[in-house]
Amino acid sequence: MELILSQIFNGVSLGSILLLAALGLAFSFGLMKVINMAHGEFIMVGAYVTYFFQQFIAPALGGENAAKGGLFFILSIPAAFIITGALGYLLEVLIIRRLYGRPLDTLLATWGVGLMLQQLARSYDSRNVPVTSPDWLNGGLMISDALSLPYKRIFIIALVVFCIIGIYYYLYRSPQGRRTRAVMQNREIASVLGVATRRVDVLTFALGAGLAGVAGSALTLLGQIGPQVGTGYIVDAFMVVVLGGVGSLPGTIIAAFTIGIFNTFLEMSTTATLGKVLVFALIIAFLQWRPNGLVAVRSRT
Amino acid sequence: MTTLRPRYSLARDWLPILVCGIILFVILPQVLSSFQINLLGRFLTYAIVALGLDLIWGYTGMMSLGQGLFFGLGAYCFAMYLNLEAAGKNLPEFMPLYGVTELPWLWQPFHSPIVAIILAVVVPMLVAGLLGFMVFRSRVQGVYFSIITQALTAIVALLLVGQQQLINGTNGITEMRTIFGYKLSDPNTKLALYIITGVVLGAVFILCRFLIRTRFGRLLVAVRDDENRVRFAGYNPVAIKVAVFALSAGIAGLAGALFVPQVGIIAPKQLDITASIEIVIWVAVGGRGSLIGAILGALLVNTGKSVISSARPDIWQFIMGGLFVGVVLLFPKGIVGAIRDLLKRFKPNWRMPASPNLEVETTTLAAGEQQ
Repeated sequence: MELILSQIFNGVSLGSILLLAALGLAFSFGLMKVINMAHGEFIMVGAYVTYFFQQFIAPALGGENAAKGGLFFILSIPAAFIITGALGYLLEVLIIRRLYGRPLDTLLATWGVGLMLQQLARSYDSRNVPVTSPDWLNGGLMISDALSLPYKRIFIIALVVFCIIGIYYYLYRSPQGRRTRAVMQNREIASVLGVATRRVDVLTFALGAGLAGVAGSALTLLGQIGPQVGTGYIVDAFMVVVLGGVGSLPGTIIAAFTIGIFNTFLEMSTTATLGKVLVFALIIAFLQWRPNGLVAVRSRT
Repeated sequence: MTTLRPRYSLARDWLPILVCGIILFVILPQVLSSFQINLLGRFLTYAIVALGLDLIWGYTGMMSLGQGLFFGLGAYCFAMYLNLEAAGKNLPEFMPLYGVTELPWLWQPFHSPIVAIILAVVVPMLVAGLLGFMVFRSRVQGVYFSIITQALTAIVALLLVGQQQLINGTNGITEMRTIFGYKLSDPNTKLALYIITGVVLGAVFILCRFLIRTRFGRLLVAVRDDENRVRFAGYNPVAIKVAVFALSAGIAGLAGALFVPQVGIIAPKQLDITASIEIVIWVAVGGRGSLIGAILGALLVNTGKSVISSARPDIWQFIMGGLFVGVVLLFPKGIVGAIRDLLKRFKPNWRMPASPNLEVETTTLAAGEQQ
């Protein structure tokens, strides 16, 4: 029983990380049909922002023990959001905007950008670097003698919930979100009705990139970070988007937790690699049944 | 555009192949060192993969990010034969390290080089055929296809890493000494392998050129430009797409089988996502939708890579990244397309353009949205 409980918790934890990585992708993919292959590198940038906060901001905040206090970590999350968001803004304006309607070419161009970002990080320092987790996130919540839920993972789950609530309010309760949904449903009509679609595009893309930055910050809790920290998550994040259905927030959420839980259970009953293979096979099989993913958004185009 | 069918003449069709053949087989072996011949032989195998990708991407409009995987599968098949030949009557050298005492059944067919070559082509074709059938039947198109092939590549690479006892995991298969009894390190063997690769490249090129001029080739372009219209015209796009995907995978597998004796190693790292996307950039640089372009792109990019990255590996990554961005933004038709445009400016109506229309992807996208 405890084994199953802890596996479910692990699955939810993995799902929350996947969701954090996939939210930004789902945003830009749903709205602009743009595949951002540099998303993994945006995650890396977010992780490095947290690292730099530890190196430079933490000492300024209060001497030797500042890193353990964790104030720098909390501050670095919005900073990562803003910095990677700005990067995403630049990428949209400089490259993606010029490739409108050519999704496969966008995929290639963003891969190129990702290569350059990764090499930039490698030129700075090719080794993996550690980020000290705040003291209050060490240890875990003891449910029973055999079952303890690490605070770090609970923190990540809470961060994801916070992000989802934020996105919900942005999309469904703000004027800008209303415009975004209008463009998602029907670009031409939205444009005719006076929505500046290009402006919606660039803001949405920047927001998606910013979410990648938050994901990167969160990943520093789980291990060392390096130039390739994002690439490990990116394929799984794409699968979340494909399974969830394009442009659907609920679909993405369900897909992330489904993949997370299936992954942990299959890995437990087989091996790590075989589990991943089975998850992939299940996704392909599922697409036979519902080609548009879990939640298909109805739109008239 | 007065005639629908481009004029084919014997001289224009075969003379360039003859000239390339003379350059490859007569002049270059005299000029280049054995090391350079070996390197060029490797690039020729890349050109073969690029031809396969061009069929499926340039002509049919589906960007497969699985070509590196198919290449790797072919390479593994042939590497297993070479490994067994090197081991002689013993087990492959890595197996005892993991406590394997008996040759696994999976290895049994690879005692025979003929079977190994056939499997190097057939295994990728089967994988591509199966995945293609599942994916195309549910009308997965455009970027979805790219993502799914990419995921398949990532997962198989992972799977291979996990199989230590079977194929030596991350280290890959490295122990190769002879091929058909000839020493792999001998310059003459290297030259022979280079010539065989060149001949296969020529044969694949002629096959592809033949295919794109048949009704099948026209259907490929038609699927790219408007899949729904092809369906309404009574053809089955699923069959067409599965066929071309399997064919391109088989070509990639064949190239992999030629690659491995010239390099002497195959490891999971060589078939990860990066490898597959690099194949795409070769074709993009040369000119998608042009067979010559695919070959040219593969040779040029790899020559550049080996020249620059041996001097400054860090610089090469930036150039590679810049290449992706630059080609897509500035020369979407690649080198061949740029030359064609230039020629057209000076000689109007010189020849029917065969380069793909770049607005295509907009229509495929629109078609994808209509489902």
